[in-house]
Amino acid sequence: MPAGMKFELKTGVATREAFGKTLVELARENPDIVVCDADLSKSTMTHWFAAEFPDRFFSCGIAEADMVGIGAGLASSGKIAFVASFSCFVLNKGFEQLRVTAAYPNVNLKVVGTHSGISIGEDGPSQMSIEDTSLACSLPGFVVFSPADEVSMRALVRAAVQHVGPVFIRAGRPKVPIIYSPGQQFEMGKGITLIEGRDVTLMATGLMVSESIKAQEILENEGISARVIDIHTIKPLDASLISKAASETGAIVVSEEHLVDGGLGVRVAQVVAQTNPCVMEFVGLTDYAESGSPEDLLRKYGLVAPNIAQMARKAIARKKKNKS
Amino acid sequence: MTHSKSLDQLQAIAKRVRRQIVEMITTAKSGHPGGSLSAVEILVTLYFDVMRHDPKNPQWPDRDRFLLSKGHAAPVLYAVMAEAGYVPADQLNSLRKLGSIYQGHPDKRFIPALDASTGSLGQGLSLGLGMAAAARLDKSPTRVYVVLGDGEIQEGQIWEAAMFGAFHKIDNIVAIVDYNRIQLDGFVKDIMELEPLAAKWQSFGWHVIELDGHDIPALQKAFADAAKVKGKPVALIAHTVKGKGVSFMENNPKFHGQAPTAAELEVALKELA
Ligand SMILES: Cc1ncc(C[n+]2csc(CCOP(=O)(O)OP(=O)(O)O)c2C)c(N)n1
Ligand SMILES: [Mg+2]
Repeated sequence: MPAGMKFELKTGVATREAFGKTLVELARENPDIVVCDADLSKSTMTHWFAAEFPDRFFSCGIAEADMVGIGAGLASSGKIAFVASFSCFVLNKGFEQLRVTAAYPNVNLKVVGTHSGISIGEDGPSQMSIEDTSLACSLPGFVVFSPADEVSMRALVRAAVQHVGPVFIRAGRPKVPIIYSPGQQFEMGKGITLIEGRDVTLMATGLMVSESIKAQEILENEGISARVIDIHTIKPLDASLISKAASETGAIVVSEEHLVDGGLGVRVAQVVAQTNPCVMEFVGLTDYAESGSPEDLLRKYGLVAPNIAQMARKAIARKKKNKS
Repeated sequence: MTHSKSLDQLQAIAKRVRRQIVEMITTAKSGHPGGSLSAVEILVTLYFDVMRHDPKNPQWPDRDRFLLSKGHAAPVLYAVMAEAGYVPADQLNSLRKLGSIYQGHPDKRFIPALDASTGSLGQGLSLGLGMAAAARLDKSPTRVYVVLGDGEIQEGQIWEAAMFGAFHKIDNIVAIVDYNRIQLDGFVKDIMELEPLAAKWQSFGWHVIELDGHDIPALQKAFADAAKVKGKPVALIAHTVKGKGVSFMENNPKFHGQAPTAAELEVALKELA
């Protein structure tokens, strides 16, 4: 979309809901799809699959490490196995199993972590997944998807099934704005430029994509031209799109609902350092959060549009100072 | 804390705690009423009749330790700690709000008197065994009490811990299984069966006591008997009713993790009058 056009950002369904619906649609076409869940099927939305395909659904109990191993075994035997739980439980409790039974032997396992980030709200830090991108990206061979809305989630669940190899999909709890129109094409590993711009690039993933769109509007009113890019595939990263943004705008702000350490931002910085070094700023978390409403938390922990706009101003000021 | 409460007094505390639980979760509009209500008598008996602790000196090194391994039942712990004087009762209704010490799951950063931050199921028994082993090394009289959910004990770590406890003859710990037969997605028997449960703990080398987890005198006797067991850890299998005390919540999986409406609260408080 060219600068000057407005995104409507109408609220859609949660990405976890889009995942659950798409899973059922794909399972109708593909009898090899099987699903494991660890007593959270009503939250991960695999319960729709369980109701329609009871024989292909494996209730694992509250035992995430075991679930990952079971899923890897199913996948090793020709199934397209999905394992789902809250992101923090499947990745943290199942990490060793993901490493040894999925990543290293390159097994066709699809790991879905819902309730990522702090926007789960009231349950608090023990259920908030803010290290998952870092963990999943650290596993060689894994593809890591982080869709921003229901349209991208639907497409990326399909992409996950088509791709042969381990995939992690990061999903969220709350309803989120719809960014894409239904016909939008998504390609694994290719970021999407949502708004063109010259002065700074706002790069984001997941929930922070819509906040970056809102930040672009704030900046536009100040006469700043910001490019907005959705990185829906965190691994493999779209190095050419990133290096192009670095050279054309000279300043990048990366925003994510995740710890800055080990997240999308540092991965983008690696590409920037290797291609066209430019000024960078980061919007993300630096510590565990707390209980509260999602809105209160996103504001308190600095994950809303004004924070992104502020970082963009800072990045542009640094860029100008470097030039002078 | 000296324990001289009559059965009537303990039951009155249990009733007040139940009222607090449903009120605070209704006000928060989210939370876990079912598993909070099923554990009321267990926590009331421990805090007001069994444990050696001092709300005025919460860091007393020789105190007994309490770990709510099933951390989602935080409301029962907060209400009981408020009754005991650890935390302010008049703020319980700030549960789950930004800045409240009453976090969605027990959080030591907000309430230093807590012995553990919990919420990720399956970890409390290992933590408790470590504390019990430390107390034994220090020749401290500390005893450790860990409340586990029945769904929670599907976690493999629980059974790794169970082996550790028996192997190292940790006899200053009691694990209490809140056997309410319901977990998040439904009935335990439909998610991942646990039976034969007593035989499992026994075969892992634990001394097992089965009882009605809502019967305070039975709990008193079980904790007293547990203290006499030497050379073995003790597991209490407490048969309970999820949602106990509120008719429409009892044995109803829906109220695992759903707050009552204002109208439901009114009915609940009438039943708990
Ligand atoms: C490791 C982990 N997996 C999943 C969850 C999500 N969860 C919260 S409560 C719950 C069900 C717990 O059932 P149970 O232990 O029987 O508790 P109770 O019936 O006493 O409420 C689940 C799956 C969690 N908190 N931790
Ligand atoms: Mg239970």
